Amino acid sequence: MPDTALPDTALPDTALPDTVTSPLLKGDSAEDMRSLEAGLDSLQSETAHRRKLDLSRMLLPVAALLVLVLAWQFYVSLGFRRRDQVPGPLDVLGSLGVLWQAGTAQEAIWTSLQRGFVGFAISIVVATPIGLLLSQVHFLRRAFGPLVSGLQVLPSVAWVPAAIIWFGLSDATVYFVMFMGAIPSIINGLISGVDQIPPQYRRVGRILGASRWEMALHVVLPAALPGYVGGLKQGWAFSWRSLMAAEIIAMGGTLGFGLGSLLEQGRQLADMGIVMSAILVILFVGITVELLVFAPVEKRLLRGRGLLAGSTR
Amino acid sequence: MTDTLTQAQVLPGTGARRAGDGQRGGAPAVVLENVGKRFGAGPAVLADVNATVRQGEFVALLGASGCGKSTLLNIISGLDVPTSGALEVPSDGAAFMFQDSSLFPWLSAGGNVELALKLRGVGRAERKARARELLELVNLGHAADKRPHELSGGMRQRVALARSLAQDRAVLLMDEPFAALDAITRDLLHNELERVWQETGRTIIFVTHNVREAVRLGQRVLLLSSRPGTVVAQWQVSEEHRTDAAKAGELTGRITARLREEIRRHA
Repeated sequence: MPDTALPDTALPDTALPDTVTSPLLKGDSAEDMRSLEAGLDSLQSETAHRRKLDLSRMLLPVAALLVLVLAWQFYVSLGFRRRDQVPGPLDVLGSLGVLWQAGTAQEAIWTSLQRGFVGFAISIVVATPIGLLLSQVHFLRRAFGPLVSGLQVLPSVAWVPAAIIWFGLSDATVYFVMFMGAIPSIINGLISGVDQIPPQYRRVGRILGASRWEMALHVVLPAALPGYVGGLKQGWAFSWRSLMAAEIIAMGGTLGFGLGSLLEQGRQLADMGIVMSAILVILFVGITVELLVFAPVEKRLLRGRGLLAGSTR
Repeated sequence: MTDTLTQAQVLPGTGARRAGDGQRGGAPAVVLENVGKRFGAGPAVLADVNATVRQGEFVALLGASGCGKSTLLNIISGLDVPTSGALEVPSDGAAFMFQDSSLFPWLSAGGNVELALKLRGVGRAERKARARELLELVNLGHAADKRPHELSGGMRQRVALARSLAQDRAVLLMDEPFAALDAITRDLLHNELERVWQETGRTIIFVTHNVREAVRLGQRVLLLSSRPGTVVAQWQVSEEHRTDAAKAGELTGRITARLREEIRRHA
């Protein structure tokens, strides 16, 4: 088209102004431009569709659980093993009922949950500033980074004998073991969250004139939040596990009666019903905390950043 | 309605002012004197870059890939320092717009603009209204509550433009901001940017490797050679080049030929 318009100038093909805005478009009024732009905007951006409540989200896990319980019952009913060594689901339910009626189950759940939350909360308070410091200060990171990673590899149960020698059979022993499990894990989560911040975010922060403090508050922390929450989630798992391990090993003294203690008591009485009940309750508490606390927070965080599309969550 | 009418009436006048600026020139906003840059012991990325950009001028910085365009912008913005030479830039630094929008994904479009205002020290009450104004300026007033991932690439770049305007710096540096957009959107954003430039009177240094884009937007086109980068040629783009497609095409052809000549030297 421009060839006929320019008969007397021999131009190379590349010089044809086909992507230079045509004079016609330039002459458009501001109103025309605005509507053109609005049209493009609506063509190019996806329409947000609210997802309605998905029944399969609740039905599928329940169905999966049902299948497992049925398989368990089926195996038990084949009678390969003595019933007191491998109890069926109904037997376990029965002994859980007995524990519940005696109030032992509630006491154990309450004691452990209380310890779990207090220990986890203290771990967060201790680990967060340490994690921020390590991720921001170069020589501290160099010096203590390997140690913190190493502590995460060390099973926190390994601290139980030392803790018993230092603190005796008291709550301090249980908390100490939990801290050794949760704190390194939260620190590592925060550090890796900070490490994964795209460098461009910091450049933008500098361009926008952020001071060191403003950079930490408005750029680094929000950008590292998904990693931090991941670290918290893992930290919770570690503190819950450490707590159970500590309760199994350390019993008596001034120690309250927790779920781990219940488990150990079941072993001493050789009562598989109690043992299985305790295991299931420990699992149930863990799943409940995950579903009620971490899953919604994590999901909200990821959805807000557009990171959920295409995931199987 | 009255708004758009006055805007349309103002346009020809600013166009004439702009053409005048190109020739006569205001006070210099950015002065580069023999600026050189090398990273470590490597070869020089930039060598003896000399250029003056006047206040309110729109300069297109053109060059093939690897000519140090982005390095030069980083130096002007203060993100990087030159290894030799001197430069004069406004003391408050420069606003910067990148090839990707670089919006913070945890903030809404409005929140991103507001953060720029906040870091500049604008009070809380004023921030919201001002951010809304800036988004209106790029025709995105309706999208203030959307998160970046809900916006199209072109919309994100417009939010980024609003954010860089929120910085309220005299100089705006743009590093191939429209390179990743489709042709239709890019055309539209060229108009948009030109309008915003005329309405705000910013000094703009626009880096691109697209000759047509340089001619379309710049009052002046500077050609940067590659390895090391230095200014080897410049062209004035007059008002005629904007209204007359033939003239624009002819200038585009000349610049393209010169650019290719530069690239061939490395064959």
